[in-house]
Amino acid sequence: MYDTSIDLENVTVAYHGKVALHSATLQLKAGTVCGLVGMNGAGKSTLFKALMGFVKPDTGRILINGLPIRQVQKSNWVAYVPQSEEVDWNFPVSVYDVVMMGRYGYMNLLRIPRSPDKVAVRESLERVEMWQLRDRQIGELSGGQKKRTFFARALAQQGTVLLLDEPFAGVDIKTEKMMIDLLIALRQVGHTVLISTHDLASVTTFCDQVVLINRSILAYGDTSEVFTEENLSRTFGGSVGDLSFSKSRLTQTQLNPGSEE
Amino acid sequence: MDFVQWFVAPLQYEFMVKAILVSALVGFVCSALSCYMILKGWALMGDAVSHAVLPGVVIAYLLNIPLAIGAFVFGVGSVIAIGFVKAKTRIKEDTVIGLVFTGFFAFGLVLVSKVVSTVDLGHILFGNVLGISDADIIQTVVISLITLVTLAVLRKDLILFCFDPTHARSIGLNITFLYYVLLSLLSLTAVAGLQTVGIILVVAMLVTPGATAYLLSDRFDHMMLIAMASGVFSSVFGTYISYYIDGSTGGCIVVLQTLLFVAAMIFAPKHGLLVRAKKQEKFLD
Ligand SMILES: Nc1ncnc2c1ncn2[C@@H]1O[C@H](COP(=O)(O)OP(=O)(O)OP(=O)(O)O)[C@@H](O)[C@H]1O
Ligand SMILES: [Mg+2]
Repeated sequence: MYDTSIDLENVTVAYHGKVALHSATLQLKAGTVCGLVGMNGAGKSTLFKALMGFVKPDTGRILINGLPIRQVQKSNWVAYVPQSEEVDWNFPVSVYDVVMMGRYGYMNLLRIPRSPDKVAVRESLERVEMWQLRDRQIGELSGGQKKRTFFARALAQQGTVLLLDEPFAGVDIKTEKMMIDLLIALRQVGHTVLISTHDLASVTTFCDQVVLINRSILAYGDTSEVFTEENLSRTFGGSVGDLSFSKSRLTQTQLNPGSEE
Repeated sequence: MDFVQWFVAPLQYEFMVKAILVSALVGFVCSALSCYMILKGWALMGDAVSHAVLPGVVIAYLLNIPLAIGAFVFGVGSVIAIGFVKAKTRIKEDTVIGLVFTGFFAFGLVLVSKVVSTVDLGHILFGNVLGISDADIIQTVVISLITLVTLAVLRKDLILFCFDPTHARSIGLNITFLYYVLLSLLSLTAVAGLQTVGIILVVAMLVTPGATAYLLSDRFDHMMLIAMASGVFSSVFGTYISYYIDGSTGGCIVVLQTLLFVAAMIFAPKHGLLVRAKKQEKFLD
C-alpha cells in the first residue's frame, strides 16, 4: 500500500497571527504506532487539527495515505478522537447510538445501518468492554467509560489511520492497557496510529516511532533512535534534566504534568 | 354539554375546521423542529429569528410575493448580521443577538405601521388562525412539507450536527451546510407559526414542546414523538378553547403548552421534581 501514511511538509499553523506550529515536516511510515510527545502547549492538538483540516495551515502541504484530507474523509480512511469531547452529556443518545455515528460515512443519505455496520458497532463495543452498557444514556457513564465509548466509535470507523489525542488522560491502568493492546492489534493489520500522550513510561512499550514536538518538530523516527535523554530534555526545555534517564526510573515515574485541560 | 358535543359542535363551521387542521399541522412541524432547537441550544436564536423575519414579511406583502420568501431572507440575514457583529466587535453573543433582533423587529414594526392596515398588524403580531385565508393555508402546507421532508432526510446528520459537530466534520459532513439548513427551516417555520400564534409567541412553538419532551425521554426518537404529540394536542385544544371562551388562539395554545411543560417538570418519571425529591429523601434516610 503506502509507505508513508502521514506526510507533512513545511506546515505552519497560526492562531490569530500567533504561530503554534512552525514549519513542521514529518513522514510517518504506514503500519506503525507513532507517539507524539511534547509539553502542554507544544502544538500536539494543533498538529491533529491540521491533519484533520480543522485549522488551515498558513504554509505547507499535508497528505494522508498520499491524498489530501478531503478525499481521505470520503474514503473513510481516517478516524480522529479529540483530546476532550465537547458534547452535551445530557443529549438523548445511547452509547450504541454514539458508536453507530462512526459508521455514517459508510451509509447512504438516510444513514440507515446495514448488517456490516451493526457488526462493526458490536465488535467495537465488545473490544472496549462496553457492550453491556450499550443502552445507557451517555451522561450516565463514568469519565473512563465515556472515553472508551468514543474510542469504540473510532474503532467502528475502521479507518486505516487512527488519530488519538491523549486517549489515556483520565483512564485507569487497566483501560490504558486494553487500549494499547487494541492499538497493537490494529498495527498488525497494517493500520497507522498517531497518538499523543504524556505517559512517557509507556511510549517505549508500544510506539514504533516517536515524534518530539515543541512548537516545531524537534525529531522523529524510530523510537530507539529518537527517544533519547538528550532529545527529551530538548523537548521539555531541560525540565527533565534532573530526572536521571534510565528505563527503570522512567517506568516508575509518570511525567504527566497536566493531562487535563 | 357532553364531551362529544363539545368537539363536534364547532366543526359545523368551515373556518373552525380549517383552523383546527392548520393549527395541528403547524403544531406538528414546529414541535419536530423544536427538538433540534433545544438540543442545539438555539432557543435564543429561535426567538431572534422569529422576530427578525417581520420586515421580510411586510416587504414580501408589499411586493405581493409569498411571505415565506421575505421571512427566509430576513431570518437568514439576521443570523448573518449577528455573526458579523460578533466577529467584528468585542461584544458578547447574547448581547449581539438581543441587539440585532430587536433592531430588525423595530424596523418591521415601522414598516407595518406605515404600509399595512392595523387589522393586519394585529394578525401578524398575534396570529389569526380563525380567519386564515386559503392562500395562507397553501403556504403553510408547502412550508410544512419542505420542513418535514428535510427533517426526515437529514435526521441523522442533523442529530450528529447538534450532538458532536467535531465528529461530523471529521467524517466529512458539511457542517456549514447543516447549519444553514437548520437556520432556513427555522425562518420558514417562523412564518408558519406566525399564522397560528403570531410572531410574538412563535418562539414558544419552537421551544416548549421540545423542552417538555426532553424531560420525559432519554432517546431522540421518543423525544421527537412526545414533542409532536404535545404540540399537536396543545394546538388543537387551544383552538377549541379559544373558540369557546372567545379569546386569543395563540395565547390559548401557548398556555396549554406551558401547562404540559409544568406537568412534565413535576411528574416526569426520571427527571421530574417529584422523583428527584423522593430520591433525595431516600438519600437522607
Ligand atoms: N483555538 C485557539 N486559539 C488560539 N490559540 C490557540 C488555540 N488552540 C491552541 N492555541 C495555542 O496554540 C498553542 C498549541 O496548543 P495545542 O493545543 O496544540 O497544545 P498541546 O500540545 O495539545 O497541549 P496540551 O498538552 O496541553 O494538550 C498553545 O500555545 C495554545 O495556547
Ligand atoms: Mg492538546
